[in-house]
Amino acid sequence: MMETLRALAEPSRFQIVELLRDGPRPVGDLVHRLRLHQPQVSKHLRVLSDAGLVEARVDAQRRIYALRPEPLQELEVWLERYRRIWEGNFQRLDALLEELKDEERKSKGKKRVPTKR
Amino acid sequence: MMNSEIFKVATPSDLEIAMTRVFNAPRRLVFDALTKPELVKQWLLGPPGWSMPVCEIDLRVGGAYRYVWRNAAKGKEMGSGGVFREIVLHERIVCTELFDDAWYAGEALATNVLTEQGGKTTLILTVLYQLRETRDAVLKSGMESGVAVSYDRLEELLASQGTSVKEKGASPS
Repeated sequence: MMETLRALAEPSRFQIVELLRDGPRPVGDLVHRLRLHQPQVSKHLRVLSDAGLVEARVDAQRRIYALRPEPLQELEVWLERYRRIWEGNFQRLDALLEELKDEERKSKGKKRVPTKR
Repeated sequence: MMNSEIFKVATPSDLEIAMTRVFNAPRRLVFDALTKPELVKQWLLGPPGWSMPVCEIDLRVGGAYRYVWRNAAKGKEMGSGGVFREIVLHERIVCTELFDDAWYAGEALATNVLTEQGGKTTLILTVLYQLRETRDAVLKSGMESGVAVSYDRLEELLASQGTSVKEKGASPS
């Protein structure tokens, strides 16, 4: 999971993943679109490949890169879990805020009509 | 109730998670619920089974906070803490955040922004994880020892610092 995040937390690599969302592309095409030098792109692809985010196949003389969906799905599961934990917190906060509003209403009522002792 | 979540990659090597939530209460009450220990203890609990026996908040710039959660059934405890960087009453709280058993490198920076409209409050909570800090520390140590740290070695180092997220996924934050 952290490997996925670390691999994605670099703008060029994030851009490569975005480009590959549309479908597999040869390295030359990525080099052209990213306006980087081939060695830089190859380095980024290696990091992405090590993180399991992309895979390569050789077609004639060209290396074609494609996305592997598994790490991204894992990321989605993690985010969903993160969201659920926070939604649990926020629902308790909703209930607490209702209590605070009630208390405030009661104390305001008391101020307006002082109780006799 | 609408609840949207945005996940995005911000500046290089930083990682940001933003959450937006609307509450049916004025923002001074939401602000109180975010900053008064006796109130925070009642809702910031994470997954079922966890309580918050320690909640200390020194609400001033430079002041520290400390949270400890406990799961009695599992016999587990987990803590986090940080320092307030910015406080605007009822509007904005910025603090550092570090879990005792953090899975990420460096402190995270949490920003809470509250806006009120028609008696309802929108809370935007952004947590910025600073992977860059680790990167900078490694580059610095590399220069000091006169060894150029290659990008690949840095990646290996970052990867080796990752621990199982499944285990830490139970984190209430």
